[in-house]
Amino acid sequence: MITLHVNGATRMVDVPPGMPLLWVLRDVIGLTGTKFGCGMALCGACTVHVDGQPVRSCVTPVATLSGKRVTTIEAIGGTPSGARAQQAWLDLDVVQCGYCQSGQIMSAAALLARTPRPSDADIDRAMAGNICRCGTYVRIRAAIKRASQTGGRA
Amino acid sequence: MNRGPAGGAVSRRDFLRVGAAGGGGLLLGFALPAGGWGAGRGAGQSTAAFQPNAFIRIDRQGVVTLVMHKVEMGQGTYTAMPMLLAEELEVELSDVRLEHAPPDDARYAEPLFGVQQTGGSASVRGNWVPLRRAGAVARTLLIAAAAATWHVDPASCHATGGAVIHDPTGRRLRYGELVDRAAGLPAPRSVSLKDPKNFRLIGTPVKRLDARAKVDGTAQFGIDIRLPGMKIATLATCPVFGGTLAGVDPGPALAIAGVRQVVPLHDAVAVVADHMWAAKQGLGALAIRWNEGPNAHLATADIVRALAQASEREGVVARREGDVERAMASAARKIEAAYEVPFLAHATLEPVNCTVRLGPDGCELWLGTQVPTFVQTAAARVTGLPKDKVQVHNHLLGGGFGRRLEVDFVVRAVEIAKQVSGPVKVVWTREEDLQHDMYRPYYYDRLAAGLDDQGAPTAWTHRVVGSSILARVSSELFPKNLRVIRAVGLRQLVATVKGLDVDAVEGAAEPPYTLPNIRVDYVRQEPPDIPTAFWRGVGPTHNIFVVESFIDELAAATKHDPFEYRRRLLGASPRAKRVLELAADASGWGRSLPAGQGRGIALLHGFGSYIAQVADVVVSPRGDVRVTRVVCAVDCGTIVNPDTVRAQMEGGIIFGITGVLFGEITIKDGR
Repeated sequence: MITLHVNGATRMVDVPPGMPLLWVLRDVIGLTGTKFGCGMALCGACTVHVDGQPVRSCVTPVATLSGKRVTTIEAIGGTPSGARAQQAWLDLDVVQCGYCQSGQIMSAAALLARTPRPSDADIDRAMAGNICRCGTYVRIRAAIKRASQTGGRA
Repeated sequence: MNRGPAGGAVSRRDFLRVGAAGGGGLLLGFALPAGGWGAGRGAGQSTAAFQPNAFIRIDRQGVVTLVMHKVEMGQGTYTAMPMLLAEELEVELSDVRLEHAPPDDARYAEPLFGVQQTGGSASVRGNWVPLRRAGAVARTLLIAAAAATWHVDPASCHATGGAVIHDPTGRRLRYGELVDRAAGLPAPRSVSLKDPKNFRLIGTPVKRLDARAKVDGTAQFGIDIRLPGMKIATLATCPVFGGTLAGVDPGPALAIAGVRQVVPLHDAVAVVADHMWAAKQGLGALAIRWNEGPNAHLATADIVRALAQASEREGVVARREGDVERAMASAARKIEAAYEVPFLAHATLEPVNCTVRLGPDGCELWLGTQVPTFVQTAAARVTGLPKDKVQVHNHLLGGGFGRRLEVDFVVRAVEIAKQVSGPVKVVWTREEDLQHDMYRPYYYDRLAAGLDDQGAPTAWTHRVVGSSILARVSSELFPKNLRVIRAVGLRQLVATVKGLDVDAVEGAAEPPYTLPNIRVDYVRQEPPDIPTAFWRGVGPTHNIFVVESFIDELAAATKHDPFEYRRRLLGASPRAKRVLELAADASGWGRSLPAGQGRGIALLHGFGSYIAQVADVVVSPRGDVRVTRVVCAVDCGTIVNPDTVRAQMEGGIIFGITGVLFGEITIKDGR
């Protein structure tokens, strides 16, 4: 049994220690907002926060998460930077198919928490690993800037 | 098929909940009204009191449900279709709920194609009138019901905000209060559509109805389905195209915790497990033996050689005007070019997946698909069940781009489900998704132009050589489906029977330029066992690239500015000329650029729209290409939602750049 702290709740899961967090979230716990895109940390769709840091859950073995706090898209709206990112995404209608957007928002929320006024270079660096096949990149950048300008509390 | 899901069979996941009204899942059957329209199947088993047509349902509480026969894959159709319906129905978008349509060509066929499908840039063009009319019929009946209640002339009433008002007295009845009466009224013989100057939704940048669910993780894609007792499977198809399975020892996979079963198929192996991780581990542990077959040494160069040889053959004529041979012979100058465009993958970010629950009496499928009735037919064929025993639960698509116009992965999933007890979700790995995508065809194009002494074309020939997606798809459709034949027209049917692929030449046969003597033809040449399929933008994405590149060659060879050269050939196409000029003006065309930078212009006419773009490109000393700016001018006619048009242009530009710079799929050793 492995103990996980996900979105403020403690979960006991009976899975192999090497199993990536992505599949524990999706196939065992049932939190499907975190997406499978590549399984190799190449697309960013599976991004979650571990102790506030963005990580690719598809290559993060659950055994490495003991004592750490996992936050997924389902709960990121409860953080100030997550709520700001979500609102900016809605204000600018960023999404198209939407499949990558959980990961995009998780990466953006981590960036905003760390760097409240990100420059273009900061945005490029933080978001480069998140692929969007619909091509919403222009709006993602604009939304991050908007979220940074709404500042303070969401 | 003639059936929606019966009352209790509609899962909560079938509902996309929208806006402020989306607090609870609404479970409604597909009850039809007691009198009037359609067959009254299922009437009385639900609280939906009023269903004037296949798109609108209103219950006694006034909840308006709009049934989406088009699928949402990012293009904004789950906002545009409701806008068309709500405009005429006179309801607020914040008060409607959306629901995915069941498979049913009779009710939900795309008017332009005759089958229920989403693709080919058809949704708004095809449904502009039918959906507004559907909304107007419902509105007319609700007004009639109110007028009958009040014993007044319907002309003295109007509808607004989900209610009918009696103008002289200000009396008001909400739609929910009128549904029982409205359901008993006969369908109006004719309805009048709103004067466009009174549109309150159409033409405005309405916010996407699917946005909130897509930013908080609650949006349900096919891959998100979870069923009690469900297993998860992943598979490996023979890496060599056309190869088959020789054998596999399931032992190493079964030794892994969580793996339940190894399923051999004709040309693939699937591993069924409790979760995707175990399935992937199990698949990785197998030493699968393949019969690689005749393509074991196939390489891209072999395919290109065959295409080049085929380009020497006469093709099926797509367009012939004037005397091309004479004009070419008498031209002051002749310029020729050949173009190749590579195989391209769709690479939808949601990997291909399909969930199946197969029992002795029926089959249920959960997936995101652009072609729900094809899915139903495919599952019926594999299971031997009648179509009405196959239920398809459609979902939001994590990218379509044409990949989900195919049912190969449905067939696979049902084949696996036949060997598995209980529901199984089949998820392809990204590796499998790319290696066994159904690619955009490799095309080989030969063009020639005869020019007069001013450099203007007097003769133009274009031969398109490549595989025929349409032949593969229509061999199943054309002979038997009258609805398709009616929708696409006899001309296309005859052309297809003669061997013309109208998609393969779309954008080539009728460029917007004045080309007085023109011949465009098509030679079909299939690559061995490599399936090809529609890819975002379909025919035009290939042909516009080729035609516009060749126009640039002509301009360069005759030392003309590429913008001016195009503009002079657009005398007969004012809309094309206008977008070209607009893009040039907005981009500062003609201003000089620093060394290592360039600027290009291109024009597209496709699916009724005109688009011109100017791209600024920087090439590094190492040869790396970077697109630094794209200016885009669009004339797509009447606009339903301007922000969606803008979003589609933004996304399409990036999709195109990605395809050109990074998308090439190559073949080596048949894989």
